[in-house]
Amino acid sequence: MNTRICYFLGSILLLFLIPEIAKSQDFLKGSEVHGSMQADASYYLTDPGTGITDSTLDGKLIRMNAFTEVNYSLGNFTAGMRFEAYLPPLIGYDAQYNGLGVPYWYVNYKNDFIDITAGNFYEQFGYGMMLRTYQEWTLGYDNSLRGIRVKVMPVKGITFKGVYGVQRNYWEPFEDYNRGIVKGFDADFFLNDIFTSLNDAKVKLTLGGSFVSDYQQGSTKDIPYNGQILELKMPENVSNYGGRFNLNIGDFNWFTEYAHKINDPSARNNYIYKNGDGLFTNLSFSKPGLGISLMSKWIDNMSYKSDRSVTNNMVNINYLPSITKEHTYALASMYPYSTQPDGEVGISGTVTLHFRKNSALGGKTGLSVAANFSQVNGIKKTPVNDTTMVGQIGTAGYTSTFYGADNIVNYQDANLEVTKKFGKKWKGIFTYLYQTYNKDVVEGHAAGDYGTVYSQIGIADVAWNITKKHTLRWELQGLWTKQDKGNWVAGVIELTISPAWFISVMDQYNYGNSMSSERLNYYTLSAGYTNHTTRIALSYGRQREGIICVGGVCRFVPATNGLTLTVTSSF
Amino acid sequence: MMKAIRILLLLLSVSTITLAQENIFTYNKLPSVKLKTVKGLPFISDSITNNNKPVIISFWATWCKPCVRELTTISDVYDDWVEETGVKLFAISVDDSRSTTLVGPMINGKGWDFTVLLDPNSDFKRAMNVGPIPHTFLLNGKGEVVFQHTSFAEGDELSLIEMVRKLNRGEEVK
Repeated sequence: MNTRICYFLGSILLLFLIPEIAKSQDFLKGSEVHGSMQADASYYLTDPGTGITDSTLDGKLIRMNAFTEVNYSLGNFTAGMRFEAYLPPLIGYDAQYNGLGVPYWYVNYKNDFIDITAGNFYEQFGYGMMLRTYQEWTLGYDNSLRGIRVKVMPVKGITFKGVYGVQRNYWEPFEDYNRGIVKGFDADFFLNDIFTSLNDAKVKLTLGGSFVSDYQQGSTKDIPYNGQILELKMPENVSNYGGRFNLNIGDFNWFTEYAHKINDPSARNNYIYKNGDGLFTNLSFSKPGLGISLMSKWIDNMSYKSDRSVTNNMVNINYLPSITKEHTYALASMYPYSTQPDGEVGISGTVTLHFRKNSALGGKTGLSVAANFSQVNGIKKTPVNDTTMVGQIGTAGYTSTFYGADNIVNYQDANLEVTKKFGKKWKGIFTYLYQTYNKDVVEGHAAGDYGTVYSQIGIADVAWNITKKHTLRWELQGLWTKQDKGNWVAGVIELTISPAWFISVMDQYNYGNSMSSERLNYYTLSAGYTNHTTRIALSYGRQREGIICVGGVCRFVPATNGLTLTVTSSF
Repeated sequence: MMKAIRILLLLLSVSTITLAQENIFTYNKLPSVKLKTVKGLPFISDSITNNNKPVIISFWATWCKPCVRELTTISDVYDDWVEETGVKLFAISVDDSRSTTLVGPMINGKGWDFTVLLDPNSDFKRAMNVGPIPHTFLLNGKGEVVFQHTSFAEGDELSLIEMVRKLNRGEEVK
């Protein structure tokens, strides 16, 4: 009790003293405080159409996800923290988020030579196949490391990074080695800065290498299998290492990263003892008016988590983004692809063209065209011997050959986008897509459960500047398929009044569903107000179930109906 | 409980100090964060400058439709803006490694003439406390942030260039 009083009095003293010290000594001159916040709150309604009943909602009619982050800086020193509250988490977010607290805080000191962080941090080595920690609020994704990070820049052009810590897993504290300890080292060399003779060379070369290791306690693990318990030996230290280069010659750029992971039996790969490999390469050419990008990716058993028993999206140490194009129109993103870390091989190509105004093809206002194609297949897996099935638990799993694809197409997407201005007041974006979506593979169903969905999608997105400040925009979208839920049409009408207001109406109608009771309208009415960095938006409507993807991570969202308020602000 | 009170008091004392100072909530200079050019070359964020003339910084991504609309709209008038006011636009792409390699081809394919930089793990975005994109900053000739705005509606670009003109005339911008 006495200590409590001491703390209290001490704090009071501090409260009054610090400003005095600050004023008299001016040592806090140059301090800055910045921050941001977001609150997403929903009021959920029952909806017989989508099967949402009182028991589905379980009395939790109002739900909210919210955070506030504050950062303080003074000279070379920065500190900050983020408070999060999920009371309870919105529908579609993992229930393990339920609760509130400060999952993120850090202090950082940085000068031209060294950069030290204690606490939580987000870091990426190269392309990310060995290590990437990041946060994506809208997805409910955060795999930040808590520990120590040191970056050293001994000479211009050379950066060394070291990280050491444990990853965030919802609110679960790190205790009794309940997940792995991650250590990583990365070196990056930009040769043109290191060697003065190369400073002005036309060829620019960057080389890099990373080594990451995860320690998870437990040299054996008991796995139930066919009514018995298998006792499997576990590698307590799993390393993932590799290298990368970026070569730039004028308008050409070539980037490649290769990663190799030692055998890492986990719930995700059905506890097989097989090494993992990953290769990503991109060649691009671009000059004013023309851009070309070619990508290819090989992934074989590359899931890398700091807890081998986790099968959902959390505690990923590395990042394996999809090389397919990310779509944001409602119907174009109905069947999104996400990387299959157990194995996939893919290619992707994009060409963008711009015809300047007053050119033959550009007309008076210019014309932009973008074409993209991508295809991802599974990899060919061969049994290790006659008595072992591919991927059988507790075995070497399978053998594969580098870039050996099987004939199962996971996903294919061919799309064309044309952007054109008509006079001073009209602008249009017209998109056509043909998508092939292997629902069984992408959503993790047994082969043959749902099969593959082939869809054609057409979208017209037209904006009309009524006045300098008023714009009316509408979208007309159609998706045609003989599989899954059949055909859809969607429409959006949106009015924006610069700089503050917007109001929009949207409807998605599943008119082609083979079940007449499921030919539903998914309508949304929303309005919002923006003042500087504060934005308040209110929407009412029915949300269709689906998969939301950002970058390499996707999240399943069940159907909902209700009212949603979103407030964001920063300073 | 005691711990919570102590933290609260500490926060209070910090805020008392901060309130006693001027411009505590203003970016007096840009944080120093490592970015990359679209050619993959290093670029430090505090070298975003424009010879004592105003600077616009816009956070965007290739997959963000309103962002692309904003930059396309500005691109149509950018030459006139530069000629009239000397303003310079830096567009910071927060595309992660899924789409960073598409940024270069896209800006050329769209015919954008302003400087585009890559922030693949959102380090600069975090340092500038940016939430949803598009998010635009306006800096005066001294490199201080004088205006920020989230989201884009056609017509916002007119208010933005009007503020640049005000800065050039030495007037205050709010």
